[in-house]
Amino acid sequence: MIMDDLTVVLPEVVLAVFAMAALMFGTYSRNHDAASRLVLWATVAVLVGLGAWIGMSPAGTRTAFDGSFVNDGFARFSKVLLLWGAACLLALSDAWLERNKLMKFEFPVLIALASVGMMTMVSAHDLMVLYMGLELQSLSLYVIAAFRRDSLRSTEAGLKYFVLGALSSGLLLYGCSLVYGTTGTTGFGGITQVVKAGDLSTGLLFGLVFLCAGMAFKVSAAPFHMWTPDVYEGAPTPVTGLFATAPKVAAAAMFARVVHDGFGSAVADWQQILAFLSVASMFLGAIAAIGQRNIKRLMAYSSISHMGFVLMGLAAGTAQGAEAMLIYLAIYVTMNVGVFAFILNMSKDGTPVMEISALGLYSRVEPARALCLAVLMFSLAGLPPLVGFWGKFFVLTAAVDAGLVWLAVAGVIASAIGAFYYLRIIYLMYFGEPAEALDGAMPAAHWVFLGASSAAMVLGIINLFGVEGLAAAAAATLVN
Amino acid sequence: MDSLLSLITFLPLIGAFVLMVFLRGEDEASNLNAKRLALMTTAVTFLLSIALITGFDPQDTGFQFVEETAWLGGLTYKMGVDGISVLFVMLTTFLMPIVIGASWGVETRVKEYMIAFLVLETLMIGVFCALDLILFYFFFEAGLIPMFLIIGIWGGKERIYASFKFFLYTLLGSLLMLVAMIAMYMEAQTTDIEALLAHDFSASPIFVFGFEIAGGLQTMLWLAFFASFAVKMPMWPVHTWLPDAHVQAPTAGSVVLAAILLKMGGYGFLRFSLPMFPVASDLMANFVFTLSVIAIIYTSLVAMMQEDMKKLIAYSSVAHMGFVTMGIFAANQQGVDGAIFQMISHGFISGALFLTVGVIYDRMHTRDIDAYGGLVVRMPAFALIFMLFTMGNVGLPGTSGFVGEFLTMAGAFQANTYVAFFAATGVILSAAYALWLYRRVVFGDLIKESLKQIKDMDTREKALFAPLVVMTILLGVYPALVLDAIGPSVTALLNNYELALGDVQTRLAEN
Repeated sequence: MIMDDLTVVLPEVVLAVFAMAALMFGTYSRNHDAASRLVLWATVAVLVGLGAWIGMSPAGTRTAFDGSFVNDGFARFSKVLLLWGAACLLALSDAWLERNKLMKFEFPVLIALASVGMMTMVSAHDLMVLYMGLELQSLSLYVIAAFRRDSLRSTEAGLKYFVLGALSSGLLLYGCSLVYGTTGTTGFGGITQVVKAGDLSTGLLFGLVFLCAGMAFKVSAAPFHMWTPDVYEGAPTPVTGLFATAPKVAAAAMFARVVHDGFGSAVADWQQILAFLSVASMFLGAIAAIGQRNIKRLMAYSSISHMGFVLMGLAAGTAQGAEAMLIYLAIYVTMNVGVFAFILNMSKDGTPVMEISALGLYSRVEPARALCLAVLMFSLAGLPPLVGFWGKFFVLTAAVDAGLVWLAVAGVIASAIGAFYYLRIIYLMYFGEPAEALDGAMPAAHWVFLGASSAAMVLGIINLFGVEGLAAAAAATLVN
Repeated sequence: MDSLLSLITFLPLIGAFVLMVFLRGEDEASNLNAKRLALMTTAVTFLLSIALITGFDPQDTGFQFVEETAWLGGLTYKMGVDGISVLFVMLTTFLMPIVIGASWGVETRVKEYMIAFLVLETLMIGVFCALDLILFYFFFEAGLIPMFLIIGIWGGKERIYASFKFFLYTLLGSLLMLVAMIAMYMEAQTTDIEALLAHDFSASPIFVFGFEIAGGLQTMLWLAFFASFAVKMPMWPVHTWLPDAHVQAPTAGSVVLAAILLKMGGYGFLRFSLPMFPVASDLMANFVFTLSVIAIIYTSLVAMMQEDMKKLIAYSSVAHMGFVTMGIFAANQQGVDGAIFQMISHGFISGALFLTVGVIYDRMHTRDIDAYGGLVVRMPAFALIFMLFTMGNVGLPGTSGFVGEFLTMAGAFQANTYVAFFAATGVILSAAYALWLYRRVVFGDLIKESLKQIKDMDTREKALFAPLVVMTILLGVYPALVLDAIGPSVTALLNNYELALGDVQTRLAEN
């Protein structure tokens, strides 16, 4: 019996055991720097390997621990995405940590533990499991946000993230308790039955609202976004890149899991919440980013705006919407990996430069790098022929199909506003005022990520590398 | 040749790719190579498109040279041309070698410049060939990227403002169209333009916040498309991006903008608005007429007061596009024929006018009309060519400009006499501003010191104008060349239009 359960959670177990083993190895090794690098690359290998393993594991839905943990197509798609996203950022952070003398073995270990938490989040089929995964992820991330502990900014970011994160966890927990109080169960299966049986009682409705508020905080959707710019700015750059990718996937997937698996028959009740979160995020992200001069803050607002589009797919409340959400997330992660590979190398005389004005006429200095970033920026703005457009296209299609035409119209207006700040980066690089050139040399590994990411934005228009079919299959297992 | 259209469309892109990957270095030799390669690519594309026009059967009103492959998201990669679009493809491939030739003097970032124009050519041809709704959008919108860079990198002093204005103005319009396209996809369950042309979009009134919207879904979709095409066209009052973009763009950019990119709006009206939403088009015809007439008169008056030559020609473009919208929504044979003819002819004439401005700008580095005068003394060849195209712009019989203006007005006269009356005053105004411009620049005494050493056009410049001169006069004296190619398709389009309108009217009468 227990062996069957353990087989289902085997990837999580493997990763957790690996993290602890790596911790032991790091603690007892003599040569810390070499050991840290070893742990880092081993973690990358394990994350990539686990992703491949999960991706190739047979189709079908398997549950464990009395249905509180589910391993279905949707969970597998999200896990592959978040594991590979985390692996990319971890691989990118190697050179950065080395350069900033922060190479410590705790870093990869914490990311491995956060990944365990994220995998648990997307597979959770019970509010308890969900909360457990969420906290494991959050606690690990609080620590790495403050990883540069001699930097005021970094510690401030860690503290802010912790305080506000704890608040949101409290909201979420309160929602859980309300749901438990009214339905008498924490399992999604039980909640679904109660919801199906009749109208939502006031208590359950309140529980749903609090759950949504807590999760909106995790995906950094407006009006629960306040922490994002400060944390993005203060955290070490590779950590910012990580925040923008894997945890966003996990949180969005968890959001989808709760509303579809737990409250799947009450679409009308949560649709309005999600539609509001979506509109607010898209507009806030688009408008607030205009005034930003720091590229990390700019990317923070950009991610808020993109999460608005992700939630638009979810707000559709259909399988098509969930599919659109997964496609959007996959594209979003790919773009962000490339952008952060670039940002990590924005430096002058060894000190990082985060002001976008430093990119003035960058195309003269580093034409290839500038071209890659320009492609990524056009893609983030959602312009055809780049892949970013397809993300928007799928999401808008889902919204229109679900009758949310007003939401789609609001989305396109927001994206036209948002195009402005992406364009400004391109304008700075290609025809802005010349700035004192950045001189950060780019390690080969970073080149690979930047080049691959921007090439994917162009080549993906042929068939999106098959992601569309995979996402459709994954979404079908979630929504039925 | 099954994939002739794809070949024509993507050949420039391949050229751009070769330039990007295989051409290194910034020295003069590699710059020259970049120019030569770009010129060769566009020339070969033009030669291929000759095979297209010779293989095209004007009597067949359906789509020809159709290619179809499944694409992602349930969409299809479908290309094809009919009588309405084939000439726009030809116009594009015909003008591009001239555009590249006109850029021979570019010295900064030559490689990137040529890449941008080649990519732009692919996207422009794609717009006219796409037979899938989203594929059309894809090409339509993607054109913004190279144009943004062309204005921004190689433009004039105010290029940053102009490039952003151009980009954001057109982006907002097109995004609304995207939502409308998705709504059409959901309604008809297909994005195939051929199937959509046959689909009846609902025209029964719907209520939004208690207001009745006559024409219902059709009107909503029509308005969303209108938002995009009107900006692209551009129609008054959303034309203000055009003078800025024109003035700041390099000469070749202005030529492409005026001669080809502006035609996308008119093509869109003909491909989507008129045949797919006939009821809404009928309802909105007077609205479009009003805007067109205002555009014709108001922008002509504005053009008269310009001190910058490019701005003057830009405003005159807006006025000429007013004739096009007027002709399209007159929805009769003369009107639509005239609109297409006017677009083609404007492609040659306005392109040539921007080139003439480029010729003297290259010499004097100013576009102020006041800085010139008496050029005929030192530049007789220039004066002759400039006069020809000024006359074309005015619409003198014997030039292609006359045929387009006359036909659109004849069409409008049948639909609404007042519209034709006011449009005709526009012709007079256009004579006023164009001839005045010509007088101030070319005639008078050559008194300005700076102009005393100016040189006449060289062989390269003359060679660039030769094909444009030939086309302007040829189409002016033998318009059947265009009208025979477009006639049957336009007739078919209008028959369907009348049929759809009639259907709806009988249905309304029955209710």
